[in-house]
Amino acid sequence: MTTREISCSSAVMEALTEEMERDPAVFVIGEDLTAQGGIFGQFTGLPERFPGRIIDAPISETAIVGAGVGAALTGMRPLVDMHFADFVTTAMDEIVNQMAKIRYMFGGQASVPMVLWAPDGGGLRAAAHHSQCLESWFVHTPGLKVVSPSEPADVKGLLKAALRDDDPVIFFQHKRLFAQKGPVPEGEYVIPIGKAEVKRPGRDISIITYSRMTYLSLEAAKILSEKGIEAEVIDLRTLKPLDFPLIAESVKKTYRAMVVHEACLTGGFGAEIAARIGEELFDWLDAPVTRIGAKDVPMPFNPAMEDFVMPQTKDIVEGALRLIGRDGGLK
Amino acid sequence: MKLSKNEKLALYERMLTVRAFEEKAGELFKQNLIPGFIHLSIGEEASSVGTCSALRPDDYVASTHRGHGHLIAKGADTARMFAELLARRVGYCKGKGGSMHIADFSLGILGANGVVGGGFPITVGAGLSIKLRKTDQVAVVFFGDGAANRGTFHEAANMAAAFKLPVLFVCENNFYASTTPSSHTLAGGSVAERAKGYGMPGVAVDGNDLLAVRQAVEEAVARARKGEGPSIVENQTYRYRGHFEGDPQKYRTSDEIESHKGKKDPIARFKAHLAKSAGLTASKDEEIRARVASLIEDSVRFAMEAPLPRPEEALEDLYVNA
Ligand SMILES: Cc1ncc(C[n+]2csc(CCOP(=O)(O)OP(=O)(O)O)c2C)c(N)n1
Ligand SMILES: [Mg+2]
Repeated sequence: MTTREISCSSAVMEALTEEMERDPAVFVIGEDLTAQGGIFGQFTGLPERFPGRIIDAPISETAIVGAGVGAALTGMRPLVDMHFADFVTTAMDEIVNQMAKIRYMFGGQASVPMVLWAPDGGGLRAAAHHSQCLESWFVHTPGLKVVSPSEPADVKGLLKAALRDDDPVIFFQHKRLFAQKGPVPEGEYVIPIGKAEVKRPGRDISIITYSRMTYLSLEAAKILSEKGIEAEVIDLRTLKPLDFPLIAESVKKTYRAMVVHEACLTGGFGAEIAARIGEELFDWLDAPVTRIGAKDVPMPFNPAMEDFVMPQTKDIVEGALRLIGRDGGLK
Repeated sequence: MKLSKNEKLALYERMLTVRAFEEKAGELFKQNLIPGFIHLSIGEEASSVGTCSALRPDDYVASTHRGHGHLIAKGADTARMFAELLARRVGYCKGKGGSMHIADFSLGILGANGVVGGGFPITVGAGLSIKLRKTDQVAVVFFGDGAANRGTFHEAANMAAAFKLPVLFVCENNFYASTTPSSHTLAGGSVAERAKGYGMPGVAVDGNDLLAVRQAVEEAVARARKGEGPSIVENQTYRYRGHFEGDPQKYRTSDEIESHKGKKDPIARFKAHLAKSAGLTASKDEEIRARVASLIEDSVRFAMEAPLPRPEEALEDLYVNA
């Protein structure tokens, strides 16, 4: 398999191109997709290649997401572009009460094969309405699968899997990673939904993370390594279904776990992972599970304030040092 | 509508202030001094100034992502506005909001909005409050042609009309929603006509004609104050700049943009009117422009010299009783 360095937005483009070639039922609907290739350039070239299958919709998110549900129920496989993940709020009924529940509520008669593609995350100085990480709302909704990859290869592989999945998938992609490059295999490359990956092996502490925080955690791991601490970094890639076996395998080796996410701390997905580790791996732990997340405020505009609110590499390093300090350091 | 010569000159000065503010904001953005995104309303000044000129200080206004003009037209302080764009502590939102969330609640501004169409239901609520408190204020929501396709527009229009609330829907139709021409997405082709479905008056006006805007809004406001319910006023205009600063604008030609400047420009048109009807001479015009230029210069200096907030201030203002 040939591999090249491409960006996350090219990975989206590639996955979509291949899946649209493969399956005529796949189409894309959202706002401002055709004129400039989408607001992150992720659809460049697609409107010309697939005429009529990249659809510019009115600013009517309720109707856009609902139309995705209706099309999915009747033989199509839509990718609905949310523009910014923050705007899920304008289609919550369609997502939470319709898309997520239709299959179960009707006793398995129907399926809703669609992808809700939602660019999320802060760091663009875009303030409270354009910076959120909202994954925990959807992890809390039975019926949805939730994906939040970091590397371009995972973006490609998971987007292809999501488009082939027969259930609704919310696909979060961090806005600050669109330009991030990495090696991506050409052609058929599918990563199963529900599989985490160890991005860096280590013996002393398990850092469990996803999305952009994977990169910050890897940076933190480098700094920790200089201090003689070897952190294992697990990129969950899929939040639901959760690859708990991989987490367990790691924690049974390191005896310490820290969860890192960009979403604010209270009620974040880290709480769920910490609870499960506590319940299922208590006997293996040398220290309480630690969580790193954003401070519990809406995202402020001022850059220094935003950096203060969002987790930074140094917060991850300090969190790890605190955790290791608890049991008197490494044996 | 009766406007004295001095009132007209004041409106002219307001439009010039909006334009000078935004041209300066565009420059500061280009110099990387303003973080995030800014959306400018250059070319649309007759809509913001004409509309707000028909309002009282105690009337409410809900603004949009393209809201600098609405604020200045309602009387906001350009120094504190620049301070907010530059993320300073003395900015209107203490640096927490930025351009997309700028507002002065003491002037009855109920917020700018990063969510398109977020202002409609809030304005209906202000209208309901006016009715419950039995005052004769009015509440105005500014919105774009794109926002007219949100469900919030339709729900708010229906509720305001069903309850006969003192609400005014002011569409700033610049014929594009970001990269998408409204001809592609606006069913029926007219925002004003949608009023019919809700049993309220709707009128489309030349939104680059300050006096036409003023006239239409004045009538709608009078109706609302008398308890006769909401109206839609659609100001047809055009934005000269990109959707946001830095927009590559592949969706339109520079010829198209240029064709809306010159004689169609709202400021040039009002100036020509003033020269004829209010004796605006070249020297008077220069005097006004110099005053505007020095206001903007002083405002920027104030903002640039103002201190930044401490990062920890991010944790303040979340609750009244924390
Ligand atoms: C609910 C929602 N959907 C999409 C966006 C992204 N967006 C911001 S401005 C805009 C276009 C708005 O067009 P219009 O209402 O005509 O206002 P204009 O920008 O032309 O002034 C879009 C799609 C948003 N901010 N909120
Ligand atoms: Mg518009």
